[in-house]
Amino acid sequence: MAIRERLSGNEAVAYAIKQVNPDVMPAFPITPSTEIPQYVANYIANGEIDTEFIHVESEHSAMSATIGASAAGARAITATSSCGMALMWEELYVAASNRLPIVLALVNRALSGPININADHSDSMGARDSGWIQIYAESNQEVYDNFIQAFPIAEDKRVHLPVMVCQDGFITSHGVENILLVEDDRVKSFVGEYEPEHYLLNPEEKMAVGPYAVSNYYMETKRAQRQAMIQARAVILETAARFEEMTGRKYGFFEEYQMEDAEYAVVIIGSAAGTCKAAINEIRNTTGKKVGLIKIRVFRPFPEEEIARALSGVKAAAIMDRSEMFSATSGPLGAEVRAALYQARSEVEVVNYFYGLGGRDITVSDFKVVYENLETIARTHVVTGMYEYIGLRSEQSEEV
Amino acid sequence: MEQTAYNFKEVMSKPERLAPGHRMCAGCGGTITVRTVLRALEEGDKAVIGNATGCLEVSSFMYPYTAYEDSYIHNAFENAGATLSGVETAYHVLKKKGKIKDNFKFITFGGDGGTYDIGFQSLSGAMERGHDMVYVCYDNGAYMNTGTQRSSATPQYADTTTTPAGKVSAGKVQVRKDLAAIIAEHHVPYVGQSTFTSNFKDLYTKAQKAIYTPGAAFLNVMSPCPRGWGYEPGEIMNICKMAMETCYWPLFEVVEGKWILNYEPKNKMPIEEFLKPQRRFRHLFRKENEELIGKFQKEIDRRWEELKNKCS
Repeated sequence: MAIRERLSGNEAVAYAIKQVNPDVMPAFPITPSTEIPQYVANYIANGEIDTEFIHVESEHSAMSATIGASAAGARAITATSSCGMALMWEELYVAASNRLPIVLALVNRALSGPININADHSDSMGARDSGWIQIYAESNQEVYDNFIQAFPIAEDKRVHLPVMVCQDGFITSHGVENILLVEDDRVKSFVGEYEPEHYLLNPEEKMAVGPYAVSNYYMETKRAQRQAMIQARAVILETAARFEEMTGRKYGFFEEYQMEDAEYAVVIIGSAAGTCKAAINEIRNTTGKKVGLIKIRVFRPFPEEEIARALSGVKAAAIMDRSEMFSATSGPLGAEVRAALYQARSEVEVVNYFYGLGGRDITVSDFKVVYENLETIARTHVVTGMYEYIGLRSEQSEEV
Repeated sequence: MEQTAYNFKEVMSKPERLAPGHRMCAGCGGTITVRTVLRALEEGDKAVIGNATGCLEVSSFMYPYTAYEDSYIHNAFENAGATLSGVETAYHVLKKKGKIKDNFKFITFGGDGGTYDIGFQSLSGAMERGHDMVYVCYDNGAYMNTGTQRSSATPQYADTTTTPAGKVSAGKVQVRKDLAAIIAEHHVPYVGQSTFTSNFKDLYTKAQKAIYTPGAAFLNVMSPCPRGWGYEPGEIMNICKMAMETCYWPLFEVVEGKWILNYEPKNKMPIEEFLKPQRRFRHLFRKENEELIGKFQKEIDRRWEELKNKCS
């Protein structure tokens, strides 16, 4: 029987860590992910887990030590947020190219500057090209479930890639929700014992990690990483199916909410999906308008064909980005979804919105406006700009 | 571990753990440091070798070939300390869980750029946490891999590509950082400073102590670079000897906080003997720069007295 609890997102991740009992966790404190290493340190202090904690002096060293531990043959994890991830940036690439199945609990927070401790996706979106699998969550339940699934995905022989399990800073990391926890023994058997094939401490086989590879070899490394990312698609779905068997909770690349007959769709990542669902319920109940939502769970690898298919029946779609990429055209999700639709020769009208940067609130009425705009766009076939902002303080904010 | 009398012939006939065929320069001090330190591993003991990015890494592990007879990890420039921390911690937990039975030693190499400068924080963290590992700095006094740029280990007045001697410049302005002393202040059980003596006894025995002392240990090894310093490769042993005889590079160790001077020249030689064979100091011997040699000498004397006080 599942265990009913009330936990914050950080507690839920820490609890999953306790159940998985990884070998090594180097970590450095940064708001809002700090609680995760704190909880783990408490488990260690009370003899509840075997994990060795490394009190590193920076996030760069956190990821460096995680890489060392993983290459040595240990199941290694870390946790961070925002500028901590930015400091790790170099190492994210090293972890992925060395094909190390590291799991990173990322609590999404805006990047400086100005310094800001609240949720947006600029940290993980900035690392979207680093070769990590990225899985996002709407709720505490989802981040717990995703975290457990991350290990079999990362460690699968067809994949061997690091996985970033993302949740929205404060919104889910500190917000307490009802949650269903899986029993310890079932988590342990789901995740399995970690048995690396090649590792530094293997007494039977020496290994060298991290070569200097000149142009004769570098490109093949990247191609191999791409292949692993392609193969990760099947592994993510297989793992989700296995997780559903265990818990009854269903996961895929994304969740479709009220999409069966939807004419107007929002595509979004993370906790704001919950607010959008409330708006959908209200709109459908009061007006009967056919509005729906696609909530991205897996951003890397990007489920391009599946998203294009899921949007094929709608008249207009709003792609909602919680981070800027300053292309002066789209946000990261906007660009990906537009590319997917173009490739599928779709005629869906698309508008890209920026919302919630640095923790700016987004409300049910904001989503109602988005759906109204989609109706207008579908009717007039006029998209006023490549992207729009939601919730700016005033028009002046658009001044340079 | 029992310290046995040093037998040069025996030590030199131990199997090489850095295989020939790597691409380091002829007369490279870094390579000599690595070979000597790895020789200090007991035969049969397993090891994981770490390495900061630098000449050594790009020349000894060029895909698909490795020169290391042991398991080896290079991660990046600034994180050899942290990376090996992770490896060493993994070893402890896997051993605790009964997943590995063998004994492993952990030794990492970094140049002075990767150790004094960009990797300083990572090194400091690893030392402070007390991982059972040895960090060996092969100190050649500049960023040699990228072409002899100044580091905080570069001696004052050295002509480097970022502190070139010119019409209004006499090379590097600042004096070099004393990293061995800084690491000693971390209160680690063993710190040694060494270079190449005529039979390598000093470096070999310090490496033995560093490797087999439980806890974090640091070795700072002056490892001359023929290209960056500008000397004939055959001159290397003489340059090391002059570094000791002039007290430019004193041999000392700090064992459990106790400072020990390992060599005191009977007649301290003038610093010119160390400077003269090196192209990087050539400009100091111009008429107008005479007083700089005096200033260099004064700094050497000051530091030598300071060291002797610590060791008394």
